[in-house]
Amino acid sequence: MKRALIPFIVFLVLAGFLYVGLSLDPREVPSPLINKPAPAFNLPLLHDANKQFSTQDMKGQVWLLNVWASWCGACKDEHPVLMDLASQNIVPVLGLNYKDKREDGEAVLRKSGDPYTLTIFDADGKVGFDYGVYGVPETYVIDKQGVIRDKIIGAVTPMNLRERILPLVAELNKK
Amino acid sequence: MKNYLIALLMFMPTFAMAGEAKDLADDPVMERRMINLAEKVRCLVCQSENVASSRSDWSNDVRQIMREKMQAGATDQEIMDILVERFGKSVLFDPPMDSETVPLWFAPFILLVLGIAFLLYQLRQRRAAVPEASLTMEAEQRAATLLNKKEDNT
Repeated sequence: MKRALIPFIVFLVLAGFLYVGLSLDPREVPSPLINKPAPAFNLPLLHDANKQFSTQDMKGQVWLLNVWASWCGACKDEHPVLMDLASQNIVPVLGLNYKDKREDGEAVLRKSGDPYTLTIFDADGKVGFDYGVYGVPETYVIDKQGVIRDKIIGAVTPMNLRERILPLVAELNKK
Repeated sequence: MKNYLIALLMFMPTFAMAGEAKDLADDPVMERRMINLAEKVRCLVCQSENVASSRSDWSNDVRQIMREKMQAGATDQEIMDILVERFGKSVLFDPPMDSETVPLWFAPFILLVLGIAFLLYQLRQRRAAVPEASLTMEAEQRAATLLNKKEDNT
């Protein structure tokens, strides 16, 4: 009886490993920047090249930095989710228009709505590189001290917004 | 006419890429050094490829950044550190051994040792389980004659 159980136990262990292993996404490389200060930068705004944004401006606030581009497909999927979030006024969402053409980026926001408190224009992707961006969209949760607390690789969905981003924002706002 | 247009379209991407960062890529010594380094870096978008051979946008950017840093006088190690700082150790094809990567290095050996131990245990169990054959004198003699006969035949 005991011996007959062994293959079953081996099967369970293997199934456990496979369940965990196969549900991990190898494309989601954990960011070493989590719990590190968000790299400081100064960049012009998308809508107004003469105005500068500095990471210093957001000190004391919990905010989201959403990296997007007009050429990015998954950004279109998350756009309505961000619009919905913006209408609720829970947390400022700043856009980082990454490796885009100014007119293309502006056209997207004009056509399908602008969910961003403001949009920063990163034409050559240098700031994106400093933030470890390797595929858009990516979204960073940054706390009042300017520390990156989480990074969502891929689109923001109603599910990861509800279960991951907003609880973290609420918690960080309490501090 | 149509064929010309198609041919033109086929070359469009090359037109778009040409000219980008040409001045830096012109230095053959630095280019060689850059390629050597880029071969050790994983393309995060196409993970089984290295940055030197990948044509992805991200890899193009990383190669360009490597050139710029080299131009600015950074050592290979400094450039690797910059990449690891931003993208983590998984960008390295040959990750360093430290507390985080120890399981990666030793888990296979531990599994091998466990497997051998289990195998030895099983073999010993089996030997204990199979009883030595005990024959009567008569049976033993019959076995001996049978065996001898066989030997004679061959």
